[in-house]
Amino acid sequence: MNQPGTKDNPLRIAIVGSGPSGFYSTEALIRSELTVKVDMFERLPSPYGLVRSGVAPDHQKLKQAIQVYAKIAEQPEFNFIGNVTVGKDISIAELCTTHHAVIFTYGAETNRRLGISGDDLPGSHTATEFVGWYNGHPDYRDRIFDLSHETAVIIGQGNVAADVSRILAKNVDELKHTDIAEHALAVLAESNIKNIYIIGRRGPAQAKFASKEIKEFGELAICDPLVDPDELLLNSESENELRDKSNSGSKKNYDILSKYSSLPTSNKQRQCHFTFLKSPIKIIGDGRVEKIILEKNKLTGDPMRQSARGTGQTIER
Amino acid sequence: MTTVVTDNCQKCRFTDCVSVCPVECFHYDDEMLYIDPDVCIDCSACIPECPVEAIFEEDDLPEAKQEWIAINADRAAPLPVCIEAMEPLPGAEERKSELGF
Ligand SMILES: Cc1cc2nc3c(=O)[nH]c(=O)nc-3n(C[C@H](O)[C@H](O)[C@H](O)COP(=O)(O)OP(=O)(O)OC[C@H]3O[C@@H](n4cnc5c(N)ncnc54)[C@H](O)[C@@H]3O)c2cc1C
Ligand code: SF4
Ligand code: SF4
Repeated sequence: MNQPGTKDNPLRIAIVGSGPSGFYSTEALIRSELTVKVDMFERLPSPYGLVRSGVAPDHQKLKQAIQVYAKIAEQPEFNFIGNVTVGKDISIAELCTTHHAVIFTYGAETNRRLGISGDDLPGSHTATEFVGWYNGHPDYRDRIFDLSHETAVIIGQGNVAADVSRILAKNVDELKHTDIAEHALAVLAESNIKNIYIIGRRGPAQAKFASKEIKEFGELAICDPLVDPDELLLNSESENELRDKSNSGSKKNYDILSKYSSLPTSNKQRQCHFTFLKSPIKIIGDGRVEKIILEKNKLTGDPMRQSARGTGQTIER
Repeated sequence: MTTVVTDNCQKCRFTDCVSVCPVECFHYDDEMLYIDPDVCIDCSACIPECPVEAIFEEDDLPEAKQEWIAINADRAAPLPVCIEAMEPLPGAEERKSELGF
């Protein structure tokens, strides 16, 4: 039998999911010596996965990656089939009868809740929901976010936490020329949020932000970054970590945080507080979120693999 | 903001950076690589890949290397795009040790 991959018998590939992984797979196949036909199946009507619905709307340059995918999509070997959930509308067994191979690039869709008491109260949301909402993802655009309170608490110190906090910290003028969904802009315009707390389980030397993301907090129109200098005190293991050349990103983050800790008193409308060595243990409220109880942590273990241990001491926000 | 390749890349042209770039914005001549600022999305993925620390975010560019912003912008676009890793230039390893890496 003649091997697939020729003009008469192209290698037929089904790709499940239309995010970056799906498009780079397509690109590699088209560039190969084989003649291919690619069918890309996507659950949603439109392609590009989390580049469309995850990457922050005010990071428009990053969103330009879409142009690369759009170019791949124009290739004659490529065919996009939207609105089809593989596993529901079509089975993998069916795909296998019509294609030589199936490539799974369906991302990581599941939400992770904190798993603490009260995390199901109204007012407690996962980042997936909030991010999907402000990016107009069909699954989340009808969600309701109540921004009538003055405090928002963000758990985690990676780039998604930075995105979420920055969207809450910006005013309408900073957001209106971005790709943010109209419905989200309308709600954010009425926001009463004054204090945003970004809570990290470990210390300032272990925060996972890209330095560029923290730097943006120093450049906002109506929000200043705040860091308590006492929270920047390091144990000797963390000092070691920051001296490590391979860890220059963390050093940069630490330097930016240090700069924030010595800023003059903020007189802007909003403040974004970076705070460290705390884990959420309980969310309390009568019918909705009112307070969060945090336990203070200390770090244990060797440099670069320190983990956070609870100290039993708690505070409220 | 943009991302620029600087003189450390000269005569070396390791192309580790190219393999991670999501948008194909590296262009090359016989000497080195340049980033097309209109195409680069400033994702910074290439920066830690470069074995000779030739790539900088504009904000981190040392004073003495500021001219490279304009050099990248002027040279990149007319040159061919580097779409996948290439053989390093002859002498690349020596150049790397010379630079202290
Ligand atoms: C808030 C946020 C911000 C981010 N910011 C950045 C950033 O600034 N820079 C950066 O480099 N990365 C960023 N990322 C990460 C980046 O978006 C992801 O790493 C990338 O999108 C993963 O690509 P993927 O193709 O694996 O999956 P995805 O992009 O998730 O694509 C998977 C696709 O598969 C579809 N799908 C799922 N199940 C099925 C099914 N059964 N049938 C058919 N289709 C299905 C989904 O609808 C989706 O379109 C961010 C992520 C998030 C969440
Ligand atoms: S990895 Fe560095 S030295 Fe190599 S081509 Fe890229 S910029 Fe030049
Ligand atoms: S910053 Fe990103 S887009 Fe720009 S050259 Fe580097 S890898 Fe490519």
